[in-house]
Amino acid sequence: MWRYVIPVAVFAVLAVFLYRGLYLNPGYIPSPLVGKPAPEFSLPDLENLDRQVGSRDYEGQVALLNVWATWCVGCRQEHPFLVELARSSGVPIYGLNWKDDRDKALEWLDTLGDPYVASAFDVEGDVAIDWGVYGAPETFLIGRDGTILHKHIAPLTPEIWRRDFLPKIAEECGSLPCPLAEGEE
Amino acid sequence: MTRLLVLMLMLFAGGPAMAIEAELGFDDPVMNERYRELLREVRCPKCLNTSIADSDAPIAEDLRREVHQKMAEGASDEEIVEYLVSRYGEFVVYRPPLQPTTWALWGGPVALLAIGAFVFARILRSRARQSIDQDAIS
Repeated sequence: MWRYVIPVAVFAVLAVFLYRGLYLNPGYIPSPLVGKPAPEFSLPDLENLDRQVGSRDYEGQVALLNVWATWCVGCRQEHPFLVELARSSGVPIYGLNWKDDRDKALEWLDTLGDPYVASAFDVEGDVAIDWGVYGAPETFLIGRDGTILHKHIAPLTPEIWRRDFLPKIAEECGSLPCPLAEGEE
Repeated sequence: MTRLLVLMLMLFAGGPAMAIEAELGFDDPVMNERYRELLREVRCPKCLNTSIADSDAPIAEDLRREVHQKMAEGASDEEIVEYLVSRYGEFVVYRPPLQPTTWALWGGPVALLAIGAFVFARILRSRARQSIDQDAIS
């Protein structure tokens, strides 16, 4: 009896794991930063290298930090939606231009539209490492107290925005446009 | 047979030589050895199971530079690994720490080996008994 039951049981357990594995994304690494304070940074502004852009700019606000580059195909794909969000969502979007060619990046914003309040120019990729970035596009949702509320890896779409971002923003703000944290003007 | 063996040896010996030579290093040989060692311990987040020592992905290059910089600043191996884990999660270390979520990972092979040994012992014992029975008949 056991001679038959054991192999079948072993097979069943394996099958369950393998079946589950079919629907997992091996390229997805959950970020340990979600729920933790966002790393602080300050970098030259892509459009004006004499100016600094950094975490100080969105202090006290709910904001998005979008990691992008002109070499990134997914970024081109999500770009129109970012432009749309910048117009209608009421959430300020900051860019982290990652290991990019500055001229190409400026041209990109010129021709495709600029959804960013400002883009930080991270040509070495040091800030990206501090944020645990491993592939563009990545989008971080930052809370008013500077906590990372959510991280999305892959192009942003209206469905993902509604499903993953809006509930977290609503939880944080109550209503849009998001009121500033107390103590901020 | 010998030919096959030689071919296989050549294929396997070729592996480490193909590794990306890290652009950076330290003049101090002890530091340098530590650096190489550490790079082999960190898994490239963008690649399929390659250490940052062996990957030519841009992110691996950046991580090598980060490790180099932190070492130059005097950080210990533990501090550097801790930093990378705090940013990229335990995915980046080849040897995850022993904790409740990894008990099965660390204990699994030992448990399987124990089960195997137990089954093997039982089979041996029943065979021994059978052969004794047969001896008794003849």
